[in-house]
Amino acid sequence: MEFVLLIFLPILAAFFIPTLYKRIRGIHTGWFVLLVPVLLFAYYMSFIRTTMDGGHAVSELQWIPSLGISFVSYIDGLSLLFSLLITGIGALVVLYSIFYLDKNKEKLGNFYVYLLLFMSAMLGVVQSDNVISLYLFWELTSISSFLLIGYWFTLDRSRFGALKSMMITVFGGLMMLGGFILLGIMGGTFSIRELIAGSSTFVGHEFFILALVLILLGAFTKSAQFPFYIWLPDAMEAPTPVSAYLHSATMVKAGLYLVARFTPIFAASEVWIWLVTGIGLLTLFWGSLFAVKQTDLKAILAFSTVSQLGLIMSLLGAGAITFHANEAIFSFAMFAAIFHLINHATFKGSLFMIAGIVDHETGTRDIRKLGGLMSIMPVSFTVAFIGSMSMAGLPPFNGFLSKEMFLQSMLAIRHFELFNFATWGVIFPVIAWVASVFTFIYSFYFVFKTFAGKRNDAPLPLQPHEAPAGMLISPVILATLVVVIFFIPNVVGKWLVKPAVMAIQPYQYGHPSEIAVHVSAWHGFASPELWMTVGIIIIGGLLYLSLSKWQKVYDVQPEYLSLNSFYDSTMNFSEKGMNRLSRIYMTGLIRTYLLYIFAFISVTTIAVLFIQDAFVVDMDSFSKVSAYGVINAIILLLAVAFVLLSKTRLGAIISLGAVGYSVALFFVIFKAPDLALTQLVIETVSVALFLLAFQHLPKLSDHGEKKSNKLVNAIIALGIGVTVTLVALSSHSQKLVASISQYYKDTVATEAGGGNIVNVILVDYRGFDTLFEIAVLAIAGIGVLGMIKLRLARKENPDENK
Amino acid sequence: MELLMAILIGILFTAAVYLILSRSLIKIVIGTGLLSHGAHLLILTMGGLGGASPPVLAEGVTDFADPLPQALILTAIVISFGVTAFMLVMAYRAYAVHKTDDMNQMKGNDEHD
Repeated sequence: MEFVLLIFLPILAAFFIPTLYKRIRGIHTGWFVLLVPVLLFAYYMSFIRTTMDGGHAVSELQWIPSLGISFVSYIDGLSLLFSLLITGIGALVVLYSIFYLDKNKEKLGNFYVYLLLFMSAMLGVVQSDNVISLYLFWELTSISSFLLIGYWFTLDRSRFGALKSMMITVFGGLMMLGGFILLGIMGGTFSIRELIAGSSTFVGHEFFILALVLILLGAFTKSAQFPFYIWLPDAMEAPTPVSAYLHSATMVKAGLYLVARFTPIFAASEVWIWLVTGIGLLTLFWGSLFAVKQTDLKAILAFSTVSQLGLIMSLLGAGAITFHANEAIFSFAMFAAIFHLINHATFKGSLFMIAGIVDHETGTRDIRKLGGLMSIMPVSFTVAFIGSMSMAGLPPFNGFLSKEMFLQSMLAIRHFELFNFATWGVIFPVIAWVASVFTFIYSFYFVFKTFAGKRNDAPLPLQPHEAPAGMLISPVILATLVVVIFFIPNVVGKWLVKPAVMAIQPYQYGHPSEIAVHVSAWHGFASPELWMTVGIIIIGGLLYLSLSKWQKVYDVQPEYLSLNSFYDSTMNFSEKGMNRLSRIYMTGLIRTYLLYIFAFISVTTIAVLFIQDAFVVDMDSFSKVSAYGVINAIILLLAVAFVLLSKTRLGAIISLGAVGYSVALFFVIFKAPDLALTQLVIETVSVALFLLAFQHLPKLSDHGEKKSNKLVNAIIALGIGVTVTLVALSSHSQKLVASISQYYKDTVATEAGGGNIVNVILVDYRGFDTLFEIAVLAIAGIGVLGMIKLRLARKENPDENK
Repeated sequence: MELLMAILIGILFTAAVYLILSRSLIKIVIGTGLLSHGAHLLILTMGGLGGASPPVLAEGVTDFADPLPQALILTAIVISFGVTAFMLVMAYRAYAVHKTDDMNQMKGNDEHD
């Protein structure tokens, strides 16, 4: 089966959603939508067997073969893992949304169409082997994310957040496209597999570093890395199912996917390792630090997501070290990255859903108003507890395992001897440790400030109670996974993680089983990670208990120095500046626009004539000057002068008629009887029409146009006149290709059986032209009639415009 | 003859463009009329003005005027008549509604952006 088509299954399903939503109001539309991710999840599961053996599956659909652009679904360990996350978490989120979004109050049709659009786009991103179609899907995720964040489009904050995420991620996407094109130039192909195969020749190419930086810009903006992370907190205005799905489990991981996918190409570069590890670690630290400042439940989770994405990013960077030093201690990092990616999806997904439940059942997400919900919402509390403890890195939850591996990998960096890591490597474990302390604090902050302690005296907007069972299914499933993975990490490792690691490091492994990483919870008392964890718990615990004393420290940073205000002022400035700029040249006056057009025509035409030496006059080809011609030319000139100088409407119209008649005389002189006849008839009708409209027209007046404006008009008009004269002369003098007239002359009698060549051309050779000409005339006639009718309609309600 | 015609066409275009750039709607309509006359003569001149007889097959005639530009112009004359008529009625309607033919006053305002 061509499984590349399955990428489009969600989009296909989206076409039926509006109808289902309108016709079947009794059943929540989400139930129909749920089928799509469940089916896809089940189908993609069947690939596990292939990828566990280190194999892959390919399915191709040609799109633009002449440009080397096609839809290729390439499923290896890495893309399979992401596909399973997208469809698996997708199914849980859709299930959750069925209870979260009221079928009578919300516009479910829109919601599920956007969600399915996103699902297709995301599957496309992780399965595309062709970078151009990867880019297409990448932007489609930005667009669907924009639509979903702005789902409650009547709220200002939703629209603001939607625009912000779009501006930043689309900016990154464009940069990434540039990087892809540079890669295409270097490798001569758009296929990722072929690029990887030929990547050894890229190092040292003049575009190599530029392509690297551009692609990282795409990855960093999408995965909310420092300093681009600012869009993610504002994206929390989206409905909670969307936050859980796009902004924690899948879309923001597209950047991680991109980095992982391109690791084989760029791992050779020192810049790559430093940037990915460094920015990742900085983001980890920054996000965890500011998560503690937040008071909105979803904002805490947003910053924690930023921080965790940074963690995985730094692991991907550290994993690339194996390209240079194939030692066992470095091989943990890539495994840890993929392992934590799975763990993060489980615990953060459940936490987002709990935040949604709290919001849904109490009416607020402000952590200062919450507290003491433990006894009222026991199930939610349990799930939140499991998720938070996993996030804090405590056993027996999966976060503990990957956190240990993360610390281990950061410690290992010190032993890397190239690229100055031996000197600077020691700061990596230090930053990682500090960030982990803050992670510990915000995890506790999130769960205990909401659920433990005393109930706040101020009443909540809604009377809190436990969420309905259906809403709890998804978070409970995820929380169960959090615990289960802790006990069977090596099964998960074998099925999902190792095939993905192999896909990222094909230069190192030939088969997933060669990856000699064994996850265990206990490494013995001698392991430094254990003591780092103990330190985290002690210091983090102390800081959490004294939180109320030092949380004010965050107020020291003034608002105007933040990245957010930088974004706001940049946006404001460019919007106002552009508005002002376009107002300078977009005057709204037709004269201005015509001046631009005419000036452009004459300047470019004359410039081309002289640059290309195209102005040639061949005096010999001219025909003889006839006396009638000269007399007629004088008449025409006089008539034109009268048109220009006439003070009255009548004079101008009659002179215009005179111009027309003398043109007809020219047709007679130049042996064009048909034209002369037509021109005479048309000119007579035209003059009659003008005279008919005459009494309804205003007097001729120049409305006091300024002298200087008239002078400009005259200069431009003269420019056009000169241009036309030059064009007329040079096109007459040089016939670069033979005229097709001869064909008509030769065949008019034999092919068309006519004698009057002009007439035969019109009705026979170019019959369609004439037909359309008649159509144009008919349309003009209808237009004229319409405008006269319109007047009658207006007269009935004359106040319409007032 | 072609040189004379080329200059004449240039003058026609100059006058036409000058009128089109003016502030009065009626002058703009008249200007487009002049422009189409200029364009017709331009096509004819570009093709060449020689040719001893009209492009009609007859015994013993070999030196025809070029039929192709004539066919094009024939179409153009009819079309430009349609355009002129349309613009004339449009100008008349605009004047009837707005009571002015000053283009500066017809540019709309910020509410109509």
